[in-house]
Amino acid sequence: MRLERRDGERIDRSRAVSFTFAGWRITGFEGDTIATAAFAAGKRVFSRSFKYHRPRGLLCCSGHCPNCQMTVDGVPNVRVCTEPIREGAVVEGQNVRWSLDFDFMSLTDKIGGPFTPVGFYYRTFIRPRAAWPLYEKFLRSAAGLGALDPHAGHTRRYDTEHRRARVLVVGGGAAGRAAALEAAQAGPGVVLVDEDPRNRDLALPGVEVLAPARALGIWEGGLVPVDADTVLYRFRAERIVVATGATEQPLVFPGNDLVGVMLPDGVRRLIGDYSIRPGERAVVLGSDDETLAIADELMDVGVEVEKVVDLRDVRPRELSAQGGKGRVRRLVLNGERYGCDLLVASGGRQPAYSLLAQAGARVEFDDSLGVFVPTELPDGVEAVGSVTGAGLPRIAPEPAYEGKGKCFVCVCEDVTTKDMKRAIGEGFDSIELAKRYTTTTMGPCQGKLCHLSSIRVYAEETRMFESAIGTTTARPPWAPVELGLLAGRELTPTRRGSIHWRHQEAGATIQWAGPWKRPYAYGEHPEDEVRAVHESLGVIDVSTLGKLLVEGREAVQLLERLYPSRFGDMKPGRIRYGVLTSDGGRIMDDGTIARLADDLFYVTTTSTGADAVTAWFQWWNAVWAYDAEIVNVTGALAAVNLAGPRAREALGRLVEDPDDVSAEDFKYLDAHELVVAGVPTLALRIGFVGELGYELHFPSPAGEHLWDALVGEGARPFGLEPQRVLRLEKGHVIVGQDTDSESNLYSAGMSWLPKLDKDDFVGKFALEHFVQREEKEQLVGFTMEEDVVPAEGAQIVVDGMPVGRVTSARHSEAVGQVIGLAWVPGERSEPGTRVEIQVDRLRRGARITDGAFFDPSGARMRS
Amino acid sequence: MSFLLACPFCGPRPVDEYAYFGEVTKRPSGSPTLRELTEYVYFRDNLAGVQREWWQHRAGCGEWFLADRDTRTNEVLEVMLPESRKTS
Repeated sequence: MRLERRDGERIDRSRAVSFTFAGWRITGFEGDTIATAAFAAGKRVFSRSFKYHRPRGLLCCSGHCPNCQMTVDGVPNVRVCTEPIREGAVVEGQNVRWSLDFDFMSLTDKIGGPFTPVGFYYRTFIRPRAAWPLYEKFLRSAAGLGALDPHAGHTRRYDTEHRRARVLVVGGGAAGRAAALEAAQAGPGVVLVDEDPRNRDLALPGVEVLAPARALGIWEGGLVPVDADTVLYRFRAERIVVATGATEQPLVFPGNDLVGVMLPDGVRRLIGDYSIRPGERAVVLGSDDETLAIADELMDVGVEVEKVVDLRDVRPRELSAQGGKGRVRRLVLNGERYGCDLLVASGGRQPAYSLLAQAGARVEFDDSLGVFVPTELPDGVEAVGSVTGAGLPRIAPEPAYEGKGKCFVCVCEDVTTKDMKRAIGEGFDSIELAKRYTTTTMGPCQGKLCHLSSIRVYAEETRMFESAIGTTTARPPWAPVELGLLAGRELTPTRRGSIHWRHQEAGATIQWAGPWKRPYAYGEHPEDEVRAVHESLGVIDVSTLGKLLVEGREAVQLLERLYPSRFGDMKPGRIRYGVLTSDGGRIMDDGTIARLADDLFYVTTTSTGADAVTAWFQWWNAVWAYDAEIVNVTGALAAVNLAGPRAREALGRLVEDPDDVSAEDFKYLDAHELVVAGVPTLALRIGFVGELGYELHFPSPAGEHLWDALVGEGARPFGLEPQRVLRLEKGHVIVGQDTDSESNLYSAGMSWLPKLDKDDFVGKFALEHFVQREEKEQLVGFTMEEDVVPAEGAQIVVDGMPVGRVTSARHSEAVGQVIGLAWVPGERSEPGTRVEIQVDRLRRGARITDGAFFDPSGARMRS
Repeated sequence: MSFLLACPFCGPRPVDEYAYFGEVTKRPSGSPTLRELTEYVYFRDNLAGVQREWWQHRAGCGEWFLADRDTRTNEVLEVMLPESRKTS
């Protein structure tokens, strides 16, 4: 029932807003929340309770309790009492069979009582065991909250913002505002956070106000994440002032969950902000002046006040609310009945100390107030206002009142005083155990409305003092938060080389390769690209390779200690293959090391290993302190590999003097500085793909220019897939694909690489042990007897037992067979051994080889 | 984990800017036995208390440094450059 226009109301009566509420069309005003508009239109039932499916109506009207959780436009568990009204919104009930007003499952309340005590599902549904999945399905659908659509995508864009503040004030009540204004006197950098949407336009000089926004917790290092709907602010403040106030507690008495039983603050909001008459006939129950004063406020708006009970004066033997169809009809006090449709009841206020406890404060029971208060605040954290307990009235005299009907301690989880007592009787004799067994305080309100009551009921039943029982841990988040906000925006960092758009223009199929986007192939036929490299000329973009410069007087000593290889005997202008090992002797990464001058080396790494190798080099050099600097130039330089029998001829046309690339002057494993198509280039003659080839490294900005020049000379672009075929034909290993964290140089068939006579290198100790033992597994090549390609990871089978696995396999036109690499037991690693490989459902024969399938002498790449 | 860690060069920064490289270990010299090698490679003290450990300001200046951290409270008592860097 809407009242006449009143001063201070927050609704704009000139602007009507319509939406659908459980199938009904409802019209409210701009400024209403969904719940206030529905309430004004006569709706009283907003949800059905967790376990008993009892009807529930507005209780706190401030976003704390679970009673008004509904699904709004597909988003579940929205507290509609604080959700602003919006045109066309579709609001639906949750946890309901049939409708909010008639819920089939509420039979559990009528007949299920004796069969559904707390923890019943742990005991009742045990046998037969095999039926549990069925029970679980039923229980999960019968109990609970709203349902998430598992196929729902992102509906909104969320952002994260890192912020600093000199003073961060949490809570915009009187104490919080005063603290913020005082802090602002001392200078800028004061931020006030408040959860109340009514403070959206709050203006305090010198203070930045964020409202509605919720501080979700205080983490270590003074980190305070603030939920501002679609933005998560991660605040670091020099000083945090907590002014979260005190939360009104429900009074615990039979029937205290009936629709129409409300907390005074909720009633005040309905009247003051939304000009709604909250009922026709009211009874007021309380033990403090503030609560009892609401009787006058009710009468002012035409509510008939039937009875005011001051629990400080009256000590009831019996106190209960009774009703029909889940709605309150009367209060019964010591046999007397007082008719009402609104029962305003308060159990007092409990300081909202959770944030302080998370920050490291102690929480103690204050005997004079009967509530828990924070003490011993950590450095940099202050508490002001009623969160400290200051000015609070003493809590209600009794933890729970006796009478007929269900008496709820926890409305979120439907836990009654009887359930609490039963749990204690069953031996759950610590508050932490009782909490987990009964799930009191573990529902959507997270103890805001039940933590104190549950401890008081517990204390009374066990005849202990609250101070001796203590309190359960207050964990973040303080308020429910959307997972999407924590996840942030759906961003995937992507790296693209400087030639990337040329690949797109050429119609390449682009795929992920670690953080990079790279061409898979330039058409439907990767085998054509392989053939071009073998017979004529191809070019591949290898800009993703990690590239490091290692420079200094002791650069060679550093590298000799990082790699198992020797570099001191290399002349400037020469290249050596290198594999990095850990001190456990395991293969970490591989690449080439070119000596450009006595004190300057150019090191390449795998595409995904660049950052880790840089950090690895720098860490060891922090330990050893060689006179050498390591610079990561991965992004600064682009690189392409020009490969094929025509590579020399094509490159010769792009350099000033073709003799610079002659077979005599530019040999296999030489590194020369050239000017290619006008671009200063470091050319490395290496043969990853097995043909005559030059890997050209040059400044990234010249990427497209040089690529165009090479394509102009007839080089056919080839992608990752043809490169995999080409390198497999040579038996060249890809670290991370053909090796794993257990592989070492001996098992991977690179026993020629480590120089164990060096004084020291990373991995030497382990390799000294490995060289003396028989490796259990060996990396070998294999050819299939039939033309079928086993999957990567396919099992190698011997005598019906899986003994190994395939790491790479492709059909090779040049070899005329399906070839691959695989790990097999040492005793099966001799070339010529026959094994079987699981391909789909069948076992296919394969022969072990040494892995060099094509041009085993290397004549082509050395030519 | 959300504590602040002070880089010797950049000052206090959120810990997510750093890479953690574990407690400081002693690398054996000469020809360690398999047992000594295994202990060095795989075993850690995993102290509940103050330990010296390696950190790198990976999302910042890139510097490697040492920190004495109480693993129970994440209180960092001291940060220092490795000996190698102090002399250069």
